[in-house]
Order: sequence, then C-alpha cells, then structure tokens
Amino acid sequence: MKPFTAHHGLVAPLDRANVDTDQMVPKQFCKLVTRDGYGRVLFYDWRYLPGETPDPEFILNAPQYRGASILLARANFGCGSSREHAAWAVLDYGFRVILAPSFADIFYNNCFKNGVLPVVLPEDTIDTLFARAPSGLHLSVDLKEQSITDDQNFKASFAIGGFRKKCLLQGLDDIEMILQHEQKIAAYEEEACPLATLYSSL
Amino acid sequence: MPVTDPLSLYAKIWNSHVVHEEDGGPSILYIDRHFIHEASSPQAFAGLKAAGRKVRRPDLNFAVMDHMVSTRNRDLPVMDADAAGQFQALERNCRAAGIRLFDLHDANQGIVHVIGPELGITQPGQTIVCGDSHTSTHGAFGALAFGIGTSEVEHVLATQCLQQFRSKTMLVEFTGRKKPGVTAKDMIMALIGRMGIAGGTGHVIEYRGEALDDLSMEARMTVCNMTIEAGARAGMIAPDDITFAYLEGRPFVPRGQEFQDQVERWKTLRSDPNAKYDHKFCMDVGSLAPQVTWGTTPEMVVDVTGKIPAPASFNNPVQHQAATLALKYMGLEPGTPVTDIPIDHIFIGACTNSRIEDLRAAASIVKGRRVGRSVKRALVVPGSRRVKAQAEKEGLDTIFKTAGFEWRDSGCSMCIAANDDIVPPNDRCASTSNRNFEGRQGKGSRTHLVSPLMAAAAAIQGHFTDVRQWTREAVGQ
Repeated sequence: MKPFTAHHGLVAPLDRANVDTDQMVPKQFCKLVTRDGYGRVLFYDWRYLPGETPDPEFILNAPQYRGASILLARANFGCGSSREHAAWAVLDYGFRVILAPSFADIFYNNCFKNGVLPVVLPEDTIDTLFARAPSGLHLSVDLKEQSITDDQNFKASFAIGGFRKKCLLQGLDDIEMILQHEQKIAAYEEEACPLATLYSSL
Repeated sequence: MPVTDPLSLYAKIWNSHVVHEEDGGPSILYIDRHFIHEASSPQAFAGLKAAGRKVRRPDLNFAVMDHMVSTRNRDLPVMDADAAGQFQALERNCRAAGIRLFDLHDANQGIVHVIGPELGITQPGQTIVCGDSHTSTHGAFGALAFGIGTSEVEHVLATQCLQQFRSKTMLVEFTGRKKPGVTAKDMIMALIGRMGIAGGTGHVIEYRGEALDDLSMEARMTVCNMTIEAGARAGMIAPDDITFAYLEGRPFVPRGQEFQDQVERWKTLRSDPNAKYDHKFCMDVGSLAPQVTWGTTPEMVVDVTGKIPAPASFNNPVQHQAATLALKYMGLEPGTPVTDIPIDHIFIGACTNSRIEDLRAAASIVKGRRVGRSVKRALVVPGSRRVKAQAEKEGLDTIFKTAGFEWRDSGCSMCIAANDDIVPPNDRCASTSNRNFEGRQGKGSRTHLVSPLMAAAAAIQGHFTDVRQWTREAVGQ
C-alpha cells in the first residue's frame, strides 16, 4: 500500500449528506475483476449525462475544482454497500484525503486499506470549509502532526487511532502483520477447532 | 471465586475468538466461516496470487454465485461478458484453492445470506464474514457476522483472521406484540426511521424483547439483515429453541448426540444479566403499522396510513436538504397519502425477504387475485434454489403465476439490478429489498421498501394499501 505522510491539495466540496457507495460506483462497474481504473466512474450517475458527457451541474465537473485531491463531504459519507470499489475510485480519481463530520464504518475501514486518509472534523469546522471552498481552498494535511492548515491561519487538528496512523505512515501490509502471529493462529486452531461443528451431508 | 463482569453476547463471542491482543492495536480475531461471492472476491484472489500466498483454510470458506446471475434461464450461455468473467474467475479461484463453490447450476445455489443459514453453515457463536454488507443477516443465529471490503477478504483467505477493533454495543429492545399484517420488516424499518441510518454507526446491536421471542428464524434474519441500514456493523439475537429447531437436520449441522451437545453449548450464548451496553433503545411494536419508504435512504419511512412529509417538517438543515433532493428524485409531492402512490413494478426477493416464509406470506395475499392492470411487471425471485423447490412443492409458484407474477430462478436480482432485472428510469417499484438509494434498482429507478405482504397487496391494487385490512382472512407473518 502507498504510504501516506502529508498532502497538500485543492479542496472540492460535495454538499450532500449520506452519500452511499452505490452513488460512488454504481453496480454495473462492480462486474470487473481488477482494482484499477475506477476513477473514471466515480459518482457516475451524478457526474455524467447520457453518452458520458460531463454534467456541468455536478460540482466536481466545475473547472475550478479540476485537479482537486481533497474531498470535502457531509455526514455519514460512504454508507451502504461494502464495495471497496468506492475507495478504489476515490483514490484513482486523485483524492488522497476525505474530510467529513462522520463516515460509515466499512467505507472508513476500506479507505485505510488503500492509502486514502478519511478525516473526521467537527460539524462547524466542516461548515467553515464549505463556505470557503468556492473561492479556491488549498489545505495541507499532515498525518504525523494530525493537523490541517492553510496559508491563511486556518488550523484544525484531528483524531486518528494510533495503529491506523502507523499503518498509513508506513504503508504496512496487514496480512504480513497478522502472519507474524502464525504460531498463535495455529495454536488457536488446535484448541478451538473451528471445524468441529462442520459436517456435511451434501 | 474471582468475580467477573457480566458479559454481553457480543463480548462472549469476541473473547472466544481472540487470537492475539495488544494495547492500542486491533485484536486479531479468528474467523469461523467466510462466505465468498463473485463480485467482491476476484481482486482478493488476485492479490493473494500476486503475493505468492495460499488460502489458509479452504474448508472454512464457502463460495456462491449470486449478485450477477441471470434469474431467467441458467441453461443459456451467460450473455453478460463482464458477469461471465466474474463467474469464470470465481470458479477458477475456488478450484485452485479447494474451496466449495455453489455455482450457477448447483441445486444449493442462492443468495449468500440465504444459503449460509439454510445449509446450516451458519451456526450460533461463530464469527462470520463476507465481502457484502448484509452479512449482518447471519447474526440472527447468535453469531457475530459482518461485512468486509475486498482487502479484508484477501486477509481472511490468507490468514483466516482479521484485525478488528472492538465495537461499541447497543441493546435494542422490541416490546409488545405486533398485529397481524405487521412483519419483522416493518419492525426494522420503523426502527431505522427512528434511529436514523447512522444511528448505529460504530456499534454492534443486540436485539431482544417479547416481540422477537416468537419470530421465526426467517423473520429474525430480516431484522438482522437491515441492521446495516442503521449504520451498525452487525446485529445479533441470542439463539433459543426456535434457532435450534431451525438448525436441526440441516446439511452442515451435526446429528444425534453431537447436535444435542452443540445445543447445550449454544444455550450459553446469551448476555449475562446486567451486561453493560454503550447505548440502549426501546421500541414498542404493539401499535406499529406497515411501513413504506418514501425517499432515498431507508430512514425516510412512514406508516402506510401516513402522507409524504414536507421537507420543511425537518428542523435539521441536513435532513431538510436530503428530503428536498429525495422528493425530487422520487417524483413525489409532500402531503400525498402513501396509499395514493401508483406502483409500476413489484419485486419480491433479496436477502431481506426471499425465504420460504416470505413467499408464503406474499402468496397468502395473492391467492385467488390478479396483479393490477396498471402494474408493468411483478417478479418473485426466491432467495435460493432450495427455497424455489420448496415453494414449488407447496404450489406457491402456481399461485404467483396464475395471478400474473413472473416466477424466477434465485439470485440477488432486482435488489442490486446488476443483472437484467432492472427498473427503468422514473418507474416506481414496491420492493422487499433493503436499499432505496438513488439508482439502486436501475438508473433513475424509484424504490419503495416494504414487507412481502405489502408488496403483494400493492401488486394486486396497483398502489399501496394497508395490508392489515387483508390479513384477517390471509395468514400473517
């Protein structure tokens, strides 16, 4: 996984609560067997008119947000389906950070598996950022310091679990971490015998 | 004797599955059963292969094709090239790893959350995961079951473990007895309406209360299925005699004395008196009416006797904005009585409501009646081929077909509309599924979530109707 240490970028505001992962990657794009290329379909039904023409009404299509790499969102972002395609699409589109008052659990977790930093900020801080975004807001996000700043004295700090922080900073492979405990896993299997209740008459 | 704190059911299952724990870090949790389907697994198998890793415990992994399958005719070649690619990948991956696969043609094929319990692979006290958010369904058996992303699917394949942080806990107590015509679907929909779709975020919910005690396993699965729609990680219900009776004799459940021994062990799977929860929520179901969603999230729900709310009735600006957008998308005017909403499509199916009891309930309404003329299409999609066979044995297929329903093969179908069972733009569907998100049943589709009884009644009338008036003569759930 790509490590995440710090990021500086343009903020794009998506002013809508409860954005679900079906909106982020509609089902017809969950039929592939690869992890790449989902950036093109991010927010597909909102983003495109028929024929895949960008819909000028959709905020991310506005010229001023071209090249944005920080997504500003509302509460319960990423709810619904567990499809990791949503996190792949966010990353492939070019977002490295999502700022929101809250996230849905599975999507939040999926972000960390893909080097995307989901940051929870208080509602009023999010409101402030929404108010400033249209005039071209650039933010610096420092994971090590757990801070967000701009060049106009804006400063916010955010909380993140120590383990998740370490994994992102170092781009750690979770599987390798689990396998370090191989002996314990084997011992558990020996003792608890998860197969014990598994019979089959099929 | 050492005094131990009273434990919740969640804590008991968690504690018995911890392989490794350390301060500040996640626990490594052993996973007893891992369900796999074609849509969320190909990238996981590819990742495993790229890293040169093997599937650790193929015997604890079970795969099925469900999300993309056609429900029309399985004997024809798969026309959708992308879906075919996923089926081939799943077949190849399972064969290489030695994982049991229930493919398109298997007599046990069905929606992953229907076949797991039905075959008895799902059992009390287990940890169960799947790359699908509705894995919460299996919690109805007193298991800890939750949805994961594809990266975690890969973790489980490689290690049969997951790194997990302990969730907060919530106790939801359902008091009272629901009236005929009111179902488990209405209970969980009303709960989500009250708690909100993020009300359970970060929590595992344990359900209890007299309203649950006489619910069948099918009905309990409906409750746990939609727990994810309240934002919670998992829902669970302590196993009881109804659970044990359901499991006895199922293919993957032990027999005879071994079954009795298991039952004794399973009986210990309940929260200790005075177990602590981070939150508690109580809802009385005695006066509950059938529920209908009007918007684009499951929390946007009203009684069938109610009216479409005005955005101005929501004080919170975020909810106000969400309601405005939802009404625009749904093509609905505030103040419209729910029973005046005309319905174009009926979908009876999905992991929420496609089990035999759901089909019996719907058939009890449909029997001797005809699908309304204004209804363009009414589908019944059994949750599994076993459910389909059982329904056909009982003659339910004839009841549905005679009334004008299409009787299909099993799969996720119009719940996710990833096959060709799609609701066209601006058409309205009364659906027994679990999500009414924009575009969920097809781009521009308008979904109203309801119970099987309500969907059946809407099919006959061509608009919503209070099914409580019909269930005096029909069998309620």
